[in-house]
Amino acid sequence: MTPQPTTASADGPPLLEVRDLTVEFRGQTGKVAAVNGVSFDVRPGETLALVGESGSGKSVTSLAIMRLIQRAGGNRVGGSIRLRRRSGDTVDLLAVSEDEIREIRGTEIAMVFQEPMTSLNPVHTIGAQVAEGIVFHRRVSRKAALAEAVELLDLVGIPEPQRRIRNFPHQLSGGMRQRAMIAVALACKPNLLIADEPTTALDVTIQAQILELLQGLQRQTGMSIVFITHNLGVVAEVADRVLVMYAGRIVEEAGVVPLFGRPLMPYTQGLLRSVPRLDMMSGAHEELEAIPGNVPDPTAMPAGCAFHPRCAHFRPSLCDTAVPGLEPADPEHSVRCARWRDVAAGVPA
Amino acid sequence: MSSFLTRRLIQSLILLWIVSMIGFALLHLTPGGPLSQFANTPGMSDEDLTRLAEQMGLNRPLPVQYLEWFGRLLTGDWGRSYRDQSPVLYVIGSRLGATLQLMITATLIAVIVGGFVGVVGAVRRYSFFDQFVTIGAMVALSIPTFWFGLVVIYVFSVKLGWLPPGNISPVGNESFIVFVHHLIGPSMVLGLVTTAIWSRFMRSSMLDVINQDYVRTARAKGLSERIVLVRHVLRNALLPMITIAGLEVPTLLSGALVTETVFTWPGMGRLFLDSIGYRDYPVVMGLLTFTAILVIIGNLLADILYVVADPRIRLQ
Repeated sequence: MTPQPTTASADGPPLLEVRDLTVEFRGQTGKVAAVNGVSFDVRPGETLALVGESGSGKSVTSLAIMRLIQRAGGNRVGGSIRLRRRSGDTVDLLAVSEDEIREIRGTEIAMVFQEPMTSLNPVHTIGAQVAEGIVFHRRVSRKAALAEAVELLDLVGIPEPQRRIRNFPHQLSGGMRQRAMIAVALACKPNLLIADEPTTALDVTIQAQILELLQGLQRQTGMSIVFITHNLGVVAEVADRVLVMYAGRIVEEAGVVPLFGRPLMPYTQGLLRSVPRLDMMSGAHEELEAIPGNVPDPTAMPAGCAFHPRCAHFRPSLCDTAVPGLEPADPEHSVRCARWRDVAAGVPA
Repeated sequence: MSSFLTRRLIQSLILLWIVSMIGFALLHLTPGGPLSQFANTPGMSDEDLTRLAEQMGLNRPLPVQYLEWFGRLLTGDWGRSYRDQSPVLYVIGSRLGATLQLMITATLIAVIVGGFVGVVGAVRRYSFFDQFVTIGAMVALSIPTFWFGLVVIYVFSVKLGWLPPGNISPVGNESFIVFVHHLIGPSMVLGLVTTAIWSRFMRSSMLDVINQDYVRTARAKGLSERIVLVRHVLRNALLPMITIAGLEVPTLLSGALVTETVFTWPGMGRLFLDSIGYRDYPVVMGLLTFTAILVIIGNLLADILYVVADPRIRLQ
C-alpha cells in the first residue's frame, strides 16, 4: 500500500457513481420519499462529506449504498449505484445478486456506525467480531484471523491489542469501542468506507482522535471515505468535497473551500451562520443565528423548493411552484436554488 | 459467585418456610381430615377416634403441629404416609422419575417446536405462517389442559388407535419403545401450553434483537443471513429465554397434575391429588415442599445460566 495524498485528483473514473437514487418508505400515512433523485460521485481516495440535519436523507443514502434497506413492506429503492470493483468491473449495487452484494459488503465497501455502544454485539468478544468478517470472506482459520485482528486493533490505536481481543464491548470506553468498530470495518481492506456520524456519540476530545485516526488510515490505504455528519466543524476538518442535503435532495455540492468561502444556497449559508465562532465572543451581544422553523414533515413536503418556508430569500410564485434543478455555478460547484444568482450577488433578502 | 449463591440459598430457605406455612394452613382449613376415613368404619367409637387423633398428634394446636413438622423436616425426617406408613421421601421418590420424564419431554417439545416456530415467525414476520401460528398459540393457550387431554385420548387412542390411552407401560412389557409410545400423548398435552408460551416469547425476543444496531453491523460485514441470524440474532434472543425457562417450571408442575390424572400417569401430580383425597397430610406437605424446592432450583439454575451466557453480568 503506497501512501496517497488525502486530497484526491479530480480526474480518473469515479469509484462510485450514484445516479437518481430514490428511496421510498411505505408508512401508515402512505409513501414517504426519504431520498429523492440523489446523484453524486465518489472519487478514488477522496473524502466526501454528506451534510444535513436529521431527516435530510443522508443516513438513508448510506444504507442504500450498502443495500441495507429492507425492500419488503412496500419500501422502494430506485436509481442506480455503480461501483467500480477491484476486478475492474463496474456493477450496479442495486441490481447485483444477494451473493455478490454480500461479497462487496465488508470487502470493498464497509461502514462505521454512529453508536459504538450499540453497534457491537454485547455477547461476542472484540476479537471475534473483528475476525468474523475475515474468516467469512477470506476463508482463513479463526486463529489466523484473530492474529490479524490483533494487528488491526493495533492499527486503530487500541493499546494492548493482544489482551483487548478477549474483551467484551462493555469493557471498553466509548472511544475505544469506536476504534474497534473501525477495525471491524477495515478488516477486509475496503476501497470505500462509509462513516455515518462516527464521532457524534463521543466526547469532543475523543472526536478529534477518531477523525485523525480516519485521516491517517486513509493516507495509509488510499481508500475513499463518505463521511456523514451534521457537524460543519468536522466537515472543514476532513472533507475534500461536500454534499449538502435537505429534505431528501442534494441542495449544494462543492469543494470544501468554495463551500465554506462562498456558499450559494441559503440553507448552506444558514448552516454556516449557525456554527458558533470564537470571534463572535468579541461582539457585545451578538447572538448565534439559527435557521427559523423546522425540517419539513416528509409526509407533507412544501411545494417547490422544500426550503422555501424557512428561507429569507423566498419569492412567492418563484420558489413555491417548481423544484429548482441542481445548476452548476461553476464546474466544481452546483446549487439547487432558483435565486442563487441574486444570493451570490448579495442582493438583500 | 459463591456469595451470590449463599444469598440466594438464604432467600430460598425463607421462601420455602413461607410456602410451607401457607400450604400447611390451607391444608388444615379444608373440611374433613385424616380421621374421617376411619369414622365410618363399623365399630369405631368416639373414644377410638380421640385416641387415634392423639396418636397421630392431630389433637394439638395447629401452630404446634406445624412447628413439629417443620422441625422434623429440617432434620431430614419428612414423616410417614398415613396410608401405608411408608416414608414420605420414599413415596415421592418412587413417583419423581415418571414426572421428570414427562416434564423433560414436554420441555424439549416446547423448546424445539416453540423455539422454531418463534424464530421463523420473527424472521418471516406477518407472513401467512406467522399469522397462522399466532392464532394457533392463542388457541393453545386458551384450551384447558384436561379437555385437550381427553380430546387426544379420544382421537388418537379411541378413534385412530395410534396411542395408548394412558399409563406408563403395560404390565410385563417395560421396554423403552413401549415407554416412549406411552409418553407421546401426555407429553404432547403437557407441552402444549409451554410450547405456545415459548413460541410467543421467542418471537418477540427475536424481533427485539433483529432491529438492534449490532445486527446491522453484522449485515454490513457481508456475513451470510444464516450466520447473522444464528450468531448475532438468536444468540442474543436466547438470553431472556433462560429466564422464561426457569419460570416455566411451576407451569409444568401444575400442568403435570392434570395431565397425569387424565393419562393415569404414575407421577407426583397424581400422587398429590390422591393424597389430598385421602387427607394424607404428610405426603401432601412433602409434595408441596418438594415442588417448591424444584421451582426454586429451576430459577436458581436459570440465574446461574444467565451469568454464564451473558458476559455483561458479573457477580461480585
